[in-house]
Amino acid sequence: MGRKLLLEHIDVPGINTFDVYRQQGGYRAVEKALKTMSPEDVVEEVKKSGLRGRGGAGFPTGMKWGFLAKPEGVPRYLVCNGDESEPGTFKDRYLMTHIPHILVEGMIVSSFALGANTSYIYIRGEMMPQIRIVEKAIAEAKAAGFLGKNILGTGYDLEIYVQPGGGAYICGEETALLESLEGKRGNPRIKPPFPAIAGLYGCPTVVNNVESIAATVPIINDGGEEYAKIGIERSTGTKLISASGNIIRPGVYEIDLGLPVEEFIYSDEYCGGIANSKKLKALVPGGSSVPILPANLISKTVNGNARLMTYESLADGGFATGSSMGSGGFIVFDEDQCIVRNTWNFARFYHHESCGQCSPCREGTGWMEKILHKIETGRGSIEDIDLLWDIQRRIEGNTICPLGDAAAWPVAAAIRHFRDEFEWHITHPQEALSRNYGLAHYADPIEPVV
Amino acid sequence: MAEEEVKFRVTIDGIPVDVAPGTSILNAARQIGGDIVPPAMCYYSKLEGSGGKCRTCLVKVSKGSEKDPRPMPKLVASCRTTVMDGMEVQNITSPEVVDARKGVVEFLLINHPLDCPVCDQAGECKLQDLGYEHGAEQTRYEFGRRTFERIDIGDKIQLHMNRCILCYRCVYVANQLTNKREHGILHRGDHSEISTYIEEALDNDFIGNVIDVCPVGALTDKTFRFKNRVWFTKPVDAHRDCPSCSGKVTLWYKGADVLRVTGRKDEFGEVEDFICNTCRFDTKQTSDWILEEPTQVDKESVINSNHYYNFSPPPVIKENPVLQEANAEQLARTEKLK
Repeated sequence: MGRKLLLEHIDVPGINTFDVYRQQGGYRAVEKALKTMSPEDVVEEVKKSGLRGRGGAGFPTGMKWGFLAKPEGVPRYLVCNGDESEPGTFKDRYLMTHIPHILVEGMIVSSFALGANTSYIYIRGEMMPQIRIVEKAIAEAKAAGFLGKNILGTGYDLEIYVQPGGGAYICGEETALLESLEGKRGNPRIKPPFPAIAGLYGCPTVVNNVESIAATVPIINDGGEEYAKIGIERSTGTKLISASGNIIRPGVYEIDLGLPVEEFIYSDEYCGGIANSKKLKALVPGGSSVPILPANLISKTVNGNARLMTYESLADGGFATGSSMGSGGFIVFDEDQCIVRNTWNFARFYHHESCGQCSPCREGTGWMEKILHKIETGRGSIEDIDLLWDIQRRIEGNTICPLGDAAAWPVAAAIRHFRDEFEWHITHPQEALSRNYGLAHYADPIEPVV
Repeated sequence: MAEEEVKFRVTIDGIPVDVAPGTSILNAARQIGGDIVPPAMCYYSKLEGSGGKCRTCLVKVSKGSEKDPRPMPKLVASCRTTVMDGMEVQNITSPEVVDARKGVVEFLLINHPLDCPVCDQAGECKLQDLGYEHGAEQTRYEFGRRTFERIDIGDKIQLHMNRCILCYRCVYVANQLTNKREHGILHRGDHSEISTYIEEALDNDFIGNVIDVCPVGALTDKTFRFKNRVWFTKPVDAHRDCPSCSGKVTLWYKGADVLRVTGRKDEFGEVEDFICNTCRFDTKQTSDWILEEPTQVDKESVINSNHYYNFSPPPVIKENPVLQEANAEQLARTEKLK
């Protein structure tokens, strides 16, 4: 085990410089793609690889590229989404910090495939060091002739620009990102039209996550079919997982999709088990916006199958007993953690980050935060739990962009699986201030609340 | 047949209508009219790009089109979804839609001060109508409401941000009708506020139209504020030869005095023509105008002798107990009014 495609050379000293990266076989994919392949061939390879978007939604990247409109005389753009701000996810920052050139290489290959001559890397404003690192990498690549006019004598021109964001979570939503990139207020657009038809400056645009773009490098080097051999069914290749929480070895791990969740948590190669010999209580497998899983649903699905790190297996059971791969923000909770407090913390984040454009999200996120704060500080009533359920139900699916869903799902899942703990907080307000509930009584899967 | 233009057939709550391709579901419903027209707080047909934000016009598309009959997975904003041939849409015949709309109304009201008794918009307020038709009798919100200071936008318009539902209509007016963009949204989420950038007064010939497009009482006419309740004034259509606008307005009389001048509004509360500030604020003598006739006001409007709206559901509702239950409030109210 432990195959690495993206992080293969992570430990080589100086890998963030062009020369060392090149010595380790870097920019081979650019040479191969530009000199021996047509743009259609590159798209075909990515389709064959089965690569799915690594930003959260898991939409097949090759298919997304296939949707790109190609009208005559209109420029096309590739935009890399580096606005990574999901609580619990820090893989893109890690990748950009340590191996910026794999992103630049991926950008060149992907831009070539899409026929884009200008591409943008939109990086979250708080990541100032990473912005400088990526800018330096672009300058080095340009000096070496991999960017600019007539790259490697093939006649293909490409410029890559880095655009720092203003630090808004909502600008990670692709249309809000495009608005922000155009210099406007970062409000998500109403779809349709989708960016593939009318995106940046009204031109056809593809927006891809940092990791998705980086993954095109091994796909071109080894071939899409080789990449598709890794993983299970429709979850192919490797994935970066940002592991955090009460584990012995937090950090960014590259895993083969299909790895059992249990192995990922307890194997010494990865998280190394729960810290301080505590018991596992809950898991958020894909970043703050995906539903939380209670201990009894982590290593096995409700049908008794082993739960694997794949898009399908993590979502097995739907929202009643499953969760989602999301962006790979793997947050582990031990028995000492308070689910109510954690849910409040997430709700506070979404309240703060709602753009305020559509009413359910603007008003609902704030309302949920206030109620959760009330319960957490011992002033809640039993009706508040049902009220919370009602609010999240009326936000979900009724908003312009997925931020409303992302705010609603964690609250829904916390109530669904940890209702006991919410009730205990309300019935024992004094005790709840001084200690935590501990492990919940959820040996059996709890029936979904209707 | 050949010279006939292409029409798409769309069925809304069981009522078919043929509309031109590119029409939105909302506008198709408006062509049918009646109870099945989704309410719209932010969409304004005369402002490009408006709509999609308030989510009150959500509808269920139970059949996508003749070619692709799959239903749409989520409720869609009818103001920004175009019709397809053979589309079937459910508005008040879908319990899901009625419930979602009730939720939206609740969200819109949790931070609204509900100061209707002292609000100039009362009686012609879209949020009041919406709350009356779809809202609950009691709020479940027990926290402090967000508050702002009142701001004067120029010497004729006052912004009362507490009442604002952030529909963005005034932002589009400032963008599209005037040539100096000083009006927009500051901040984010439920702290968002309409602002003229750092309270710069808007001095522009058409900025008065923000009052007409505002669905609530957030933007009010300072020359009319607290002068009278709208239902005590009598609207009369009038026109004059105006060098900058169409000059077609509605005058609001109390006795022999013109208290207020507004654009002429249609049955969906949208003005027919935008009017200039001179007509709106500075021309309040009957002698300035050529009077036409008393304005036709919807019979359900409070301005027209305190009549409230009777709910006349399509026949499908009568047969289906689930739908009856979903629309129970409206049915009960109609019953009470009889």
